[in-house]
Amino acid sequence: MIPTGHFLALSSVLFAIGAAGVLLRRNGVSVLLGIEVMLNAANIALVAFSRQHGQLDGQVVVFFVMAVAAAEVAVGLALLVAIYRRSQSIDVDRLNVLRW
Amino acid sequence: MLSLLWLVPVLPLAGAAVLLAGARHFSHRATSAVGLASVGASLLVSLAILAEFGTAHAGIFTQTLFRWLAAGDVVVDFALRVDALSAVMLFFVTFVGFLIHVYSVGYMHGETRRSYARYFAYLNLFMFAMLTLVLGANLLVLFVGWEGVGLCSYLLIGFYFEKEWCASAGKKAFIVNRIGDFGFLLAIFLAFKVFGTVDFAAMEAAVAADPGRYASWATPIALLLFVGAIGKSAQLPLYVWLPDAMAGPTPVSALIHAATMVTAGVYMVARANFLFALSPTALLVVAVVGGVTAVFAATIGLAQNDIKKVLAYSTVSQLGYMFLAAGAGAFAAAIFHVFTHAFFKACLFLGSGSVIHAMGGEQDMRRMGGLKKQLPTTYWTFVVATLALAGIPIFAGFFSKDEILGKVFAAGAADLGGFGRVYLGLWALGVAGAFLTAFYMFRAVYMTFHGTFRGAQGAPGFTSGAHGGPGGAFVPGGGEERHDAPPNQIDQAHHLHESPGSMTWPLRILAVGSIVVGFVGVGKAVTLNVDLNWFEHFLEPVAPAVELAHHASLGIEWTLIALSVAVALAGILLARRFYFGEQAFTRPDRFAAANPTLYNLVANKYYVDELYDATAVAGTMKLAQASWEFDALVVDGAVNGTRHVTVGTSFLSGLFDLNVVDGAVNLLARIYGAWSRALRRVQWGVVQGYALVMAVGFVLMVAAALFLGRAL
Repeated sequence: MIPTGHFLALSSVLFAIGAAGVLLRRNGVSVLLGIEVMLNAANIALVAFSRQHGQLDGQVVVFFVMAVAAAEVAVGLALLVAIYRRSQSIDVDRLNVLRW
Repeated sequence: MLSLLWLVPVLPLAGAAVLLAGARHFSHRATSAVGLASVGASLLVSLAILAEFGTAHAGIFTQTLFRWLAAGDVVVDFALRVDALSAVMLFFVTFVGFLIHVYSVGYMHGETRRSYARYFAYLNLFMFAMLTLVLGANLLVLFVGWEGVGLCSYLLIGFYFEKEWCASAGKKAFIVNRIGDFGFLLAIFLAFKVFGTVDFAAMEAAVAADPGRYASWATPIALLLFVGAIGKSAQLPLYVWLPDAMAGPTPVSALIHAATMVTAGVYMVARANFLFALSPTALLVVAVVGGVTAVFAATIGLAQNDIKKVLAYSTVSQLGYMFLAAGAGAFAAAIFHVFTHAFFKACLFLGSGSVIHAMGGEQDMRRMGGLKKQLPTTYWTFVVATLALAGIPIFAGFFSKDEILGKVFAAGAADLGGFGRVYLGLWALGVAGAFLTAFYMFRAVYMTFHGTFRGAQGAPGFTSGAHGGPGGAFVPGGGEERHDAPPNQIDQAHHLHESPGSMTWPLRILAVGSIVVGFVGVGKAVTLNVDLNWFEHFLEPVAPAVELAHHASLGIEWTLIALSVAVALAGILLARRFYFGEQAFTRPDRFAAANPTLYNLVANKYYVDELYDATAVAGTMKLAQASWEFDALVVDGAVNGTRHVTVGTSFLSGLFDLNVVDGAVNLLARIYGAWSRALRRVQWGVVQGYALVMAVGFVLMVAAALFLGRAL
């Protein structure tokens, strides 16, 4: 059986990749994709612990996370469409109007 | 029917309220209707009450309308009371009052609508106040009426307020009365302190239960009450307002300043007889003031030329007689004289009003004469009332005045209170006063109605039948100011006419009254000891005479009566010799020329007004001047000083506020501003920068939790 540590390592790597995407990509859609990757990294960790303990709680939470992620993406994309309509761009670097 | 007692004063009050509210809109006819109806209804109610009261022998009927004030021990009800004493007053006040209302319709017809309504409103208000005074069951309710009649008297004396001397006559009456009222108020306070109540019945019961306990308090209370009576009833030394009060319309003089209000003092003394009876000193003071006033005022009356002034001094003198009787302990005799005097003096005043009306406002008897022909009704009624006042047998005044003189003599003979000689001296004064009364009244009759007419004749601008010119400018009035010229330049000789029925009928009724009302109180001596004195017996339960040690014999009483009648006849004959026939006026002129000092003294009313002007009035003015200066210097100085101090401290406080308080606030604001400028840079607008900071912070927190948490 594959040890839980492996799963956690995979999860950590995926989380780091997602976080890097969120922090570094200029494209708004890519930032949303990065968030999805981070969520799924967490999902892998949850499923891994669920398997280790032989309990289904973690897997149930994963389903909730997936549902919430779908909703979150819908809202995020709607925001991006609105931003695009306003400034003809989805470059997050240009979203710097809200400041002092 | 007795339960309708409250209607008696309330009806005239309602009339007054309606008239005051509608003064602008009411026609003469409407005003007369309201004025007469309210007083007439009041008269009918009181007659019905008196009929029931008389037949039921009710004694005392008290009606409590409401609890007036209750503060701790002070509990006073607004209560009305009918007993024999107030019944007598109630009868003649409403009766004479109604007649004078009727008379006023004719006398005041030349007034404008507004002042006509105002006149009747005041007259109705007066009736309300007078009836409250008469019916009051305690000193406080009586005092309300007392002040009310004073107010109406003031308003009506100053009725022609656009004339300065009328307005000041009103003020004089009010201010002089105030002095008396002050005494009355003190008496009320003292009575409350001593008795714990001001209710007449309760006080009388307390005195009856334990006379010794209250004997020492009776003198001060009675004397203070009498101070009030002196003011209201125009006795020495406060009589000076009454002659000036003649500035009011003549019916007012008849109603207020002859028949009703001025007798309120006598009524009040009779009401409080249980207190006066306890104190021989108080009785003596009352008798002396009354007796001296009677003669003093009568001598002034001798030399007056204004017909109303003669009657005014006569009123003061007759009020003196009433107090003389009260002072001799004969309260019933005093009230009897109040009662008869109301009829004949009202008749005289209304007669003089009729004369003044016919003369177009003239009041100086030197400009009259021979009016008998043109004014027959006025003449005959005037003569009847004059005979009554002079005390000629069968006329009302004879019975009441002889009753008084007889009682005073009896008090002297019985040595009342140990002051027998004083009472005998007062009796002599009273007899002298009777002589003077007969003289000055017949002087007035001869000067006014006999001889030849001495008024203006054939003056230009006369239109027949006019009452003193266009626009109803007929204004009755009087005063020394106008002796030089007739008030309206009209031909008085052709203007003369008898007054209308509304004026002559009250005269006729009052003249009949002047003859018949005396018979209700025929003295015992007159009827040879057959007791027919219904009046005295009627009043006996509420105003019993002070017990005398012994009574004068029938022979002495008849001598007294004969003496006073002889004295009155002598007065009449002297007046006839002086002012009637071919040689009229020559004898008095010669007498005046021979005794200039005496004549000037009397003609100038003993210079009492001048004395008061020089002392009381000038003193008050000086005090007022000094107070004003004190006010201007010290009080205003203090106020202005306070102002300067306030401005100074305000300036300092302003400086402190601007610098210290505002400075602190601004400093705080600046600190916040600096901090804000520094901190706002955090919000630099790069979204991913925020996310990076968040991520780094999260990592640091996890690291801290991992490493530091384990270490702890």
